[in-house]
Amino acid sequence: MTHVSGTAQQAAEVVGQPQQQPPRGVMRLLRDVGALLVRQREATVFIVDVLLIIYFGFISSTGRSAFFTKVDLINLSQVAAQIIIISLGEVMLLICGEIDLSVGFIYQLAPFIMYFLIVDYHVPGLLAILIALLSGPAIGWVNGFLTVAMGLPSFIATLGTGFVINGIVLTWSGARQVEIPPEVQGFGAWLGRDAWSEIIWAIILTVIFHILLTRTRWGLHTVATGGNQLGAREAGVSVARIKYGNFMLTGMLDALVGLMVAFQTSIIDPTAGGYQPMFYAVAAAVIGGTAMLGGSGTIIGAFLGGIMLAVLTIGFSVIGISANPLPIVFGGAILIAMIANVQLTRLRERGRA
Amino acid sequence: MTDLQHQDAAVPPSADGDVLQVEHVSKKYGAVTALVDVNMHLRQSEVLGLIGDNGAGKSTLLKILCGFQPPTSGRIILEGQEITLKSVDHARSLGIDAVYQDLALVNQLTVYQNMFLNREPVRWPLLRNRIMKKQAKEHLDDMGVRIPSVDAEVAKLSGGQRQAIAVARSVYSDAKILLLDEPLAAMGVKEGAIILDLVDRLKSEGKVSIIIIAHNYGQVLQVCDRVNLLQGGRITLDKRSQDTSAQELTDLVVAEYRKALEERQRADRERSA
Repeated sequence: MTHVSGTAQQAAEVVGQPQQQPPRGVMRLLRDVGALLVRQREATVFIVDVLLIIYFGFISSTGRSAFFTKVDLINLSQVAAQIIIISLGEVMLLICGEIDLSVGFIYQLAPFIMYFLIVDYHVPGLLAILIALLSGPAIGWVNGFLTVAMGLPSFIATLGTGFVINGIVLTWSGARQVEIPPEVQGFGAWLGRDAWSEIIWAIILTVIFHILLTRTRWGLHTVATGGNQLGAREAGVSVARIKYGNFMLTGMLDALVGLMVAFQTSIIDPTAGGYQPMFYAVAAAVIGGTAMLGGSGTIIGAFLGGIMLAVLTIGFSVIGISANPLPIVFGGAILIAMIANVQLTRLRERGRA
Repeated sequence: MTDLQHQDAAVPPSADGDVLQVEHVSKKYGAVTALVDVNMHLRQSEVLGLIGDNGAGKSTLLKILCGFQPPTSGRIILEGQEITLKSVDHARSLGIDAVYQDLALVNQLTVYQNMFLNREPVRWPLLRNRIMKKQAKEHLDDMGVRIPSVDAEVAKLSGGQRQAIAVARSVYSDAKILLLDEPLAAMGVKEGAIILDLVDRLKSEGKVSIIIIAHNYGQVLQVCDRVNLLQGGRITLDKRSQDTSAQELTDLVVAEYRKALEERQRADRERSA
């Protein structure tokens, strides 16, 4: 093997013949992995995800391997998809310095809009779905208006809109569950009734949002807005437009998840959603390395964080351990992730100095 | 310019060759008068130091020149044409750009991302990162700004490097007049040297004219062609840098302070008597 360059040699060692120069190769590999862990938050979360899947899949055998039945995998993918899709929006908002607490209520409202448009107003099915999806950005616009134009902290603004929407849903539905109308059943397969449809949406949207955040002006300006709002405005970035836009994108994602959950269960439930989806989505974002103070965050991290929370949720239920201690594990995961986040940032900054 | 109190070696104002003229500008905030009949001019490719103690009116004048707020009265003439600055963006579109030390850059973005912020080349919908990196590097090299990499996060850089990048960005966006607000404040000697070298270089290239706003005279005198001293909202001195010294400027500021102090003491005595 001719050593053309360091990287070529390294690649060859990793791929083909690590035994040729074992100590150097292994040491270098370890060092590279170490550097990667320090540099890339996502790598840490990815490793934890893999370890958790191995644990629940092989080691914690209570008679069967947890994740290797099809039903379990479907459950896992659905829970993960719902967390991930909402967290994509929260990541964008957290990066530009805002948060949306109303996500779980937008998710409640959207399927009811679809239902009442069809049942009461005889709107064609596909149009009803579209209007239901657009209710998300509409509420997102209101959240943006309260935050940008009225100057409320988004924490308060979206807390308020969340309660209001909740009240509207409960009043409108009479707090009763309804069934998905037959007119839209045909579209349901795409939107959650088909077992794998939700995770496919989640993956496609993750790719789109990753490109949006890292490769487009919108993403760059979102980071600039959260990193230094005055400086961004000085440079001519329309901070208001960025914030409105990200609230509206988040609203769209919430409405989509709301519809998917309704189609998945064939039932529209006025008590679905609530604050839980918001907490899961924010937790996934934070575990993935998104800063609460704005200016930094990653979409891939949120995806992996969402997988982590879903694996824990489904894993605990499948291996038959009581779900009661689950919040302890969740809380621990969030705290460990945050400690790692803060400490690794400190380490990185020391490495620079 | 007849209202100068220290005229001995004043530079005569010349209508031709002036890129910016400020005529009889005053600014009142309610009952408080921040600027009193200020007359100032800036020649093409000149570096003018605008110095004065805290509260002398430097920031007010800067805010007027960069379009942040209008003057109460007076005229601003840019290249022979009277202008009314409507906003910071408007001033910038006319080529007047202020660089503030603290809020210029976004720390979480890289050098090249900051250089191109809001002017990013795009092949829709994607950013053209390679072109941005290449042009940012070329431009910084041209200006003699040395940084580890255009890929570096701005947070990694020193204060001097950050400020140099902010200045380079303004020059790159075709600014004709740069207003540097306290470019040397809170900066070490070595750090300050980065900025002074950059200003020197811009001066020798002659494409931009610069006003440096500062309260520390020593370093500013080195790099400025001319200094104006603001005291109590008036320009009280207009001299070439070689015709004055940090000592003279300090003496003037201290004398003004003593005078004000004496007046206050006298007023107190009269009241108590």
